[in-house]
Amino acid sequence: MINITLNGVPLEVEKGTTLLEAAQFLGFPIPTLCHMEGLHPYGACRLCIVEIGEGPRAKLVSSCTYPAEEGLKVRTSSSRVVKARRMVIELLLASCPQSKTIQDIASAHDVRQQRFRQEHEDCILCGRCVRMCEEQMVAKAIGFVGRGAGRAIGTPFGKRSEVCRQCGGCMYVCPACELRCTYSEPDKAICGGCANLAPPCLEKEQFDDLMCYMKPCVACEIPKS
Amino acid sequence: MTDITGIVEKRRGQRGELLAILQDIQAKYSYLPEDALRAVAQKTGRSLVDVYGVATFYHAFSLKPRGKHLVTCCMGTACHVRGAPKVAEELERQLHVPPGETTADRQFTLETQNCLGGCALGPIVVVDGHYFSSVGTPNVRGILEKTRSGLDRVDLASDLRAFPVEVACGRCNHSLMDAHDRIDGQPSIRVTASFADKHGWLRLSSVYGSFEVESQHEIPLDTVVDFFCPHCSAELAGAGPCVACGASMVPMILRGGGVVQICSRRGCHHHMLDLEGTSAWSEWR
Repeated sequence: MINITLNGVPLEVEKGTTLLEAAQFLGFPIPTLCHMEGLHPYGACRLCIVEIGEGPRAKLVSSCTYPAEEGLKVRTSSSRVVKARRMVIELLLASCPQSKTIQDIASAHDVRQQRFRQEHEDCILCGRCVRMCEEQMVAKAIGFVGRGAGRAIGTPFGKRSEVCRQCGGCMYVCPACELRCTYSEPDKAICGGCANLAPPCLEKEQFDDLMCYMKPCVACEIPKS
Repeated sequence: MTDITGIVEKRRGQRGELLAILQDIQAKYSYLPEDALRAVAQKTGRSLVDVYGVATFYHAFSLKPRGKHLVTCCMGTACHVRGAPKVAEELERQLHVPPGETTADRQFTLETQNCLGGCALGPIVVVDGHYFSSVGTPNVRGILEKTRSGLDRVDLASDLRAFPVEVACGRCNHSLMDAHDRIDGQPSIRVTASFADKHGWLRLSSVYGSFEVESQHEIPLDTVVDFFCPHCSAELAGAGPCVACGASMVPMILRGGGVVQICSRRGCHHHMLDLEGTSAWSEWR
């Protein structure tokens, strides 16, 4: 067993536990995008960054790929983490604004601007579909092709793969195509439609008796400013 | 249909075998044909998408057929500030193809790279592994002409790296030099060569750095040849494997001390000069 400290809370975890799993066990929220239960951690989206270590040696690591170490001190939402995470969200928005998943994350983290050159890619290269195809469907029909700016998801030679069974697993797990954000102003990077909701549950009478099954409830997560 | 069985078998079990296999295929066909990649995936038990991913990741691999000669112009920072873009433009103009493309006669493929690691010598143009340094636009025509006439030909008078050697058999110490049949204007090295069921003479250039060979029987590329002394019939062997291709190296004794080793595989240009003592060295220079 390994002893770590998460946001000041001492915790004993089994060897091989990732920081993300430890944080989820304690209930500290860490946003994730490329992470998916049942698939190997990949560390592509960098949304789940946390700060480890202390003082000048503190550094940001992706919690989904970082295994717990003895005596490690982890902060899941220090100011440095929040700042970096917002930057990551801005970059994701810059490449893929039409993903409702990303728009929701942006709302939840109070990202109100996007300062980068706007692109309208359909893919953020999180590798969920590639891992799904390989690990759960055991097909290996799609994979990463090329590198750098030209990197993309594709089949060999751009032809239909003979090993693809058209199971649709890749589309099912894709954070960019599972839900399209249907916001009205496509020129703007940030929709913000979801962010302006007042928590509807509070307007109901007899709120005390009402049980909320929304998970996560976007409205509840927004801090009142 | 491409045949890559030999290439895959040669590299089987090696660390990082996939890259080595792809490099060998690229060396043989000058690009990676689709059916070759499919065969590699099948023979090595990898998925096609993994092989394809590696093949498209590295800039050194091409999925399109390439020309006989690969002309690479360095566009790295150091070369760039010394006028590499103008050199690239000139190459483009004279070959009539943009970078990344192959000429219609399939002789030249023009490519640009972002650093070839010789920044002090820039602008650099590399043709088939031969480096040309401090290239300006006036040199471009000469480089292309030299490529057309053969880059492996060694100019004895001007090339400081080329010098003739005199060798002897390690067993009988009889000289292997043949003064009558000259190659590169120098006495040739005559040995007996044997491969498959063929047996006959083979003459090598005695110029160190030249790869000119004449032989009684045509030796196909990639064939590993056994070398014998024509005087005592002993095999010229026992020098260990070639670090580049794994075939055995052929040792020959140098007059004045030392051993010269050449790879026994046709087409493999690996060779080694092992001098015992440095006095012999200055003697040659």
